[in-house]
Amino acid sequence: MSALGEARPQPAPTGRSLGSIRRSFAPWADPAEVPLIEFARVSKRFGSFAAVSELDLAIYRREFHALLGPSGCGKSTLLRMLAGFEEPTSGEVRLDGQTLNGIPPHKRPVNMMFQSYALFPHMSVEKNVEFGLKQDGMARSERADRVAEMLKLVKLEPFRSRKPAQLSGGQQQRVALARSLAKRPKVLLLDEPLGALDKKLREETQFELMDLQQSLGLTFLIVTHDQEEAMTMADRISVMREGRIAQVGTPETVYEAPASRYVAEFVGGVNILSGTVAERRGDRVRLTVPGGIIEADVPVGSRLQTGSPAVFAVRPEKLRIARHAPADPGVNAFRGEVWDIAYLGDMTLFNARLPGGEILKAATVNAARASAEPLGYEEEVWLTFAPDAGVVLPE
Amino acid sequence: MSADVAEPAGAPAARPAPEPAGPERIADSASFRRLVVGLPFVWLLLLFLVPFLLVLKISLSTLALGQPPYEPVFPLAEIASFGERLRELSFENYLFLTDDPLYLDSLISSLVTASVSTVLALLVAYPFALGLARAPERLRPMLLVLTILPFWTSFLIRVYAWMGILRNEGFLNQLLLWLGLIDQPLVILNTNTAVLIGIVYSYLPFMVLPIYASLERQDPRLLEAAADLGSPPARAFWQVTFPLSLPGVLAGCLLVFIPAVGEFVIPDLLGGSETLMIGKTLWNEFFINRDWPVASAVAVVLLVLLVGPLLLLQRARGSAGAGAL
Amino acid sequence: MGGARGWSPFNIVSVVVGFAFLYIPIVLLVVFSFNASRLVTVWTGFSTQWYAALLANQQLLDAAFVTLRIGLISASLATVLGTLAAMALTRYARFRGRLLFSGMIYAPLVMPEVITGLSLLLLFVAVGLDRGFWTVTLAHVTFTMCFVTVVVQSRLVSLDRSLEEAAQDLGCPPWKSFLVVTLPLIWPAVAAGWMLAFTLSLDDLVIASFTSGPSSTTLPMRIYSQVRLGVTPEINAISTILIGIVTFGVVVSAVLTKRGAVRRARDERLAAEG
Repeated sequence: MSALGEARPQPAPTGRSLGSIRRSFAPWADPAEVPLIEFARVSKRFGSFAAVSELDLAIYRREFHALLGPSGCGKSTLLRMLAGFEEPTSGEVRLDGQTLNGIPPHKRPVNMMFQSYALFPHMSVEKNVEFGLKQDGMARSERADRVAEMLKLVKLEPFRSRKPAQLSGGQQQRVALARSLAKRPKVLLLDEPLGALDKKLREETQFELMDLQQSLGLTFLIVTHDQEEAMTMADRISVMREGRIAQVGTPETVYEAPASRYVAEFVGGVNILSGTVAERRGDRVRLTVPGGIIEADVPVGSRLQTGSPAVFAVRPEKLRIARHAPADPGVNAFRGEVWDIAYLGDMTLFNARLPGGEILKAATVNAARASAEPLGYEEEVWLTFAPDAGVVLPE
Repeated sequence: MSADVAEPAGAPAARPAPEPAGPERIADSASFRRLVVGLPFVWLLLLFLVPFLLVLKISLSTLALGQPPYEPVFPLAEIASFGERLRELSFENYLFLTDDPLYLDSLISSLVTASVSTVLALLVAYPFALGLARAPERLRPMLLVLTILPFWTSFLIRVYAWMGILRNEGFLNQLLLWLGLIDQPLVILNTNTAVLIGIVYSYLPFMVLPIYASLERQDPRLLEAAADLGSPPARAFWQVTFPLSLPGVLAGCLLVFIPAVGEFVIPDLLGGSETLMIGKTLWNEFFINRDWPVASAVAVVLLVLLVGPLLLLQRARGSAGAGAL
Repeated sequence: MGGARGWSPFNIVSVVVGFAFLYIPIVLLVVFSFNASRLVTVWTGFSTQWYAALLANQQLLDAAFVTLRIGLISASLATVLGTLAAMALTRYARFRGRLLFSGMIYAPLVMPEVITGLSLLLLFVAVGLDRGFWTVTLAHVTFTMCFVTVVVQSRLVSLDRSLEEAAQDLGCPPWKSFLVVTLPLIWPAVAAGWMLAFTLSLDDLVIASFTSGPSSTTLPMRIYSQVRLGVTPEINAISTILIGIVTFGVVVSAVLTKRGAVRRARDERLAAEG
């Protein structure tokens, strides 16, 4: 399994394009483009623990990049190495082509928004925002203008003389944002910036952050463990695991064409069926799994051969669930029994149990308010899918 | 392992490679760090560690060398000639300690007195700490301040206060006579009983606060859970509350025991001629007999005795609220 | 939530008895400083003559003055060193000799005073420093700085480290982030550490006895030599004054803490209202 996860965006497995839904912004695809941030074979060890291992990553100007992974995967360490709070054990961190190694945090042209916000409790909102400008020795009148501009940007003008403790969580978050943006950093680092907000406020703020990033034309690097948050905001996502990057790509690529089983399972819900490659023809393989045969695509360049063990990964919403057998029940079709039903409002999740005991998850969108003949518990159903619904990955 | 860590990895360096990486390169961070760590470190080395080495050295020297008028020598010169000195070392002073039963007796008596007073202090302090921890939340800060307040007032004065109480014509005897419980004044002052009372009284806050800290931290829902599972309050105390407070109890006992072993003021003012305590013996050896080498040897023995409890305290500190003081 | 539910009569009695044990000796001491008679255990009438006698006791006043000066200087030095040591222990996870360093911080807290006193005396003799005002001061700095460290350290541990990182991220070199962010936020603990160092210095008998010279007799040494001769109302009077000062200090700091809590509650209300 460890052989998986090359840090390379995977081309779309099918003829159709992935990753161009949002906007036509893809400097990473242009070989002439120079990255703004580069991690070059960067490692960081704490004692015998390797937080980051031999990691390479390039992030481009005006990109909104998310580092996604479970806690302890090294994503915060990566961010802190860019901010200067940790020095790499080996390798080099570059910004705009200049090395950052050995430069203390207070001399780096990047700013950070902290998870705890780290607002100075003994200073007013205004003083907090002004703090970084003061360190630069900016003239008083210019400072006042910049502070006013920042407070306007985050809509906190009426609260300028309050202390952080006198603000709500959402307001504090905006002060932290204004403070870290005030110095016009080359890169804004955001360490779990929305973790302390409740769900509704978090969703609103996600869009505010995206708008802000767009209108200011800044490069944002965000650390998060919330895959929805990463998918909503980021142009590209680096999925991290144990100090390495498992996959870098647009949200669509990471979701629809995961490079490994780990990525498939970490980002979104997924069904995994293990089996053996029975036949390979181009990028199309036949996979025998318990209870059926799957015909599906492998990613370009996959080394899977006839006889290799492999898994088929398919998202629940790509499965069709129906009472009646499909035209060709031999391929890409499984018979099962409704085991659990979870009604979520916008969609309904079905857990279907195959004769061998495996559970397959299928999601259906509730496009109409009522269904004529809803599926019930223990009903026999057929689960079917198209050949390009999922991907075949090495075991 | 460290070899490959330090090795400058074959990073694709487009620019001139930086100096060896690491926080040391960050000039002003390093000088700040040097100040923060270095200043107190050097101070403690010079005024805490070096003096101990001197005690050790003088305890191994002969009386003539150590006794005043003492030739002032700089420690640097001392260290340089340490090899020669080693040959002159004598364990005479330690042998002397084993010869005279006074030293062994006062050592044993110190340990016994400290142990007994630790147990007594625990018996007084535990219910007290429990009462504080169960007090209504709005009263607790005030009660805590009241508990710490005597600790801030002079130790000497607090010991002195007991002299007025324990004397033959003191308050305690007056009270007992008035109540008719006794018809002859009890002799308490200048006995070992008075020393025990003095130690328990003086060190009580050291016992109460760690226990209180460990009790106060406990989730009251634990007791609700115990009751819910059928444990009556008295049993729930022994099954839940008490075991969870043991780190605090341990820290409290050590905080009382360690200084009590070496206590000087209490045995001197409240104790009598039969009271033997190692701290008082050291004091007498130094100020009355003026035998510095023997006083140093006594100090070394006392320190060796305390190494175990000190290490235990160091470990207990993390888990219990010993830092509350 | 646990509140008064668990405050049983047994608990209340324990607390009352505990406080009685702690305070009766002190109360008796104070009351009998106002006794008219020389006998300190039989009440004969109210008088302040022993306070007047104190003012006439030049030796005692001199000793008090020396003690005060030693206390002020040593507490201030100990606060600087102790705060730096607390920073070292909480902010620098690794440095050479850290184990030795933390050992030297914690050991003096419980070290029998006779050992500390003796060892420092031997040092002063070894380097040929005349015993007097400054040797006592140096000795007091050494043993009180560790208490300052413990007090300040417990505050630093609970201080969000990213506050200092944020200051550096926004352009402060480390020394400046310490001065403009850390210090303003921990000053109550630093002040408490200073108070503790000051009272410990005022209180110390044993270490001062070892390290002082003939010209630098401190108040506890003076009191001790009189107490050895027996109980006298003058001692009660001076004790009462000392207790009064300490009580005043503790009450003031408790009120300040309380006021801080009230302000925090008000802030929270304001935050909730938006």
